[in-house]
Amino acid sequence: MTTTTATPRGFGYRHPRLRLAGLLTAPMAWLVVVYLGSLAALFLTAFWTVDDFTGQLVKTFTMKNFQQVFTNSAYLGSMLRTVSIALLVTLFCLVLALPLAFFMARVARPSWRPLLVAMVLTPLWASYLVKVYAWRAMLQPETGVLAWFLDPLGLSSPGYGYLGIVITLTYLWLPYMILPIYAGLTRLPNSMLDASSDLGATGGRTFRSVVMPIIFPSIVAGSIFTFSLSLGDYITAQIVGGKVTMLGNIVQTTYVTNLPFAAAVATVPVVIVLLYLLAVRRSGALDNL
Amino acid sequence: MGESVWAMRGSGYCSAIAPSAVHAMMQGVRYTMSEPSVAIRLRGLTRRFGDVVAVDGVDLDVFDGEFLTLLGPSGSGKTTVLRMIAGFERPDDGTIELAGVDVTRVPPYARDVNTVFQDYALFPHMSVLKNIEYGLKVKKVPAAERKTRALAALESVRLGAYGDRAPSQLSGGQRQRVALARALVNRPKVLLLDEPLGALDLKLREQMQVELKEIQREVGITFVFVTHDQDEALTMSDRIAVFNEGNIAQLGTPTEVYEHPATAFVAGFVGTSNLLEGAAAQAVLGRPGTWSVRPEKIRVIEADARPGDGEHAVPGTVREVVYVGMSTRFVVDLAVGGSLMAVQQNSEMSTDLGHLRGQRIQLVWDARHEYQVAD
Repeated sequence: MTTTTATPRGFGYRHPRLRLAGLLTAPMAWLVVVYLGSLAALFLTAFWTVDDFTGQLVKTFTMKNFQQVFTNSAYLGSMLRTVSIALLVTLFCLVLALPLAFFMARVARPSWRPLLVAMVLTPLWASYLVKVYAWRAMLQPETGVLAWFLDPLGLSSPGYGYLGIVITLTYLWLPYMILPIYAGLTRLPNSMLDASSDLGATGGRTFRSVVMPIIFPSIVAGSIFTFSLSLGDYITAQIVGGKVTMLGNIVQTTYVTNLPFAAAVATVPVVIVLLYLLAVRRSGALDNL
Repeated sequence: MGESVWAMRGSGYCSAIAPSAVHAMMQGVRYTMSEPSVAIRLRGLTRRFGDVVAVDGVDLDVFDGEFLTLLGPSGSGKTTVLRMIAGFERPDDGTIELAGVDVTRVPPYARDVNTVFQDYALFPHMSVLKNIEYGLKVKKVPAAERKTRALAALESVRLGAYGDRAPSQLSGGQRQRVALARALVNRPKVLLLDEPLGALDLKLREQMQVELKEIQREVGITFVFVTHDQDEALTMSDRIAVFNEGNIAQLGTPTEVYEHPATAFVAGFVGTSNLLEGAAAQAVLGRPGTWSVRPEKIRVIEADARPGDGEHAVPGTVREVVYVGMSTRFVVDLAVGGSLMAVQQNSEMSTDLGHLRGQRIQLVWDARHEYQVAD
């Protein structure tokens, strides 16, 4: 009996480990060296100091920078303000995104969905700076677009400051909240809603008892975007924030003269986001990211 | 369509007892009492989707305590009728009455019906018990009573120990039963079932058919069951409404629908399409029109044998002989044109009849078993 042997082919097929290496080398190098490396450098630097006279880095371990961040009332206030802005932005995004995503996923015709998604994404194609400067024009006290609309109602423009930052950031990050909720809602089978109303629940009850719990992981996923993006922002605060400063602004103004202190300030939002991620891990939201 | 006849026979042991008994009971009810009360009354029910008329003026009375099946191919409108009874779809025309009350404009949550969905639609974020309690909770039934009733419902579908599981931890058949318990715990006047056995494999489906029928007899509420599976319809129903193109082609007991199909469509959809038409009918029966003879009523005899009294005979050539375990199926090309299927029980041991392929034979049947159907 004779057997014929096929000409060996498929290098990757015969060397699965090499194939895996080819797939992962570049992204792993990027992640480990550039991303985690710079993060490690940031943490390390945060425990150093700068010599007040020479301006040289003093590479000895100290908690001085963190003590300063958490005891100085100006820094502490800035930190709380930044967290409250990020929370408010997340809340506003959620309030706006829920009905919009519900319309896109369940009310609008299925054939319109790609168009609606494209429309939600359109603002992301424009430059961040252009959008923030547009909001500067909108928010301008007395002569801005908002003032123009609100004056006849006896109201005035929120102007530049805390509220201006919240409005602008809400505008900027809204698509990041809409998309995961939209995706969650499209995965929700119609029969689930039918079943709830069949069992006697009104529309509102169905939303509270069935829709919300099922899309909760999607909401958490969206909130991770809006919360962490807001927490790290400083350009918006600079352009529409007036005198209001966020943590990012402190980093920006101190990193030239006192790099270790800037690193310590920058560490704070990273830790806050990590704590947030740990908290939401329990909800199962990270399984869906 | 051909296999269906065999599958029905396979599950024949359960159909032999149940529907006939219930049928007799129903008949008794119908004739001893003045009028059976109507659980659901549909009049001129119509639903259009764009240019398509999905349901075209359906009139139907479903009696109290009856197991009624809406049988039809996909797109025949049966599911849309069910969804309109539940309230998920609004009819464009016509009325729906539940127990004599017009509910045409009443939302689903205010109707005294419950539905078992094709995909079960169990809430993934609730345990099995919470799923079953949901309807009672929405109706503000006190927690203690809620729990007692939910546990009893779970027990009745033989899943007493599964209350704390998540729906995702259950098998298809178990989910199906939870969906049933979730609907029945509300004690609705009418239970609607939308192809609830469609996702189960054959063995489980046959078992669930029997269980469903038993549960229906125990709780005594009206079941409206949607399926495209004729065996399911024949096995479980008191009456069957055969749907075709948005309308009811025939309404009757399983026996009536199977033995006396009203139209060629019903003859073909319920059972095997075994039709004598046109010239062949004229030649064999001496009468024109379209006639239906069920394959199991036809005997295969030798070409030169004499048919019995009152029997019709037609010569033909065996095109195909298929051995299917408990019986053998013959496809015979008739000398007068067309073809018929005949079925014989394999009651003898050595029944390899393959040698009959290509042979000339005769098909005979009792003239009482042929029925004229509308074209």
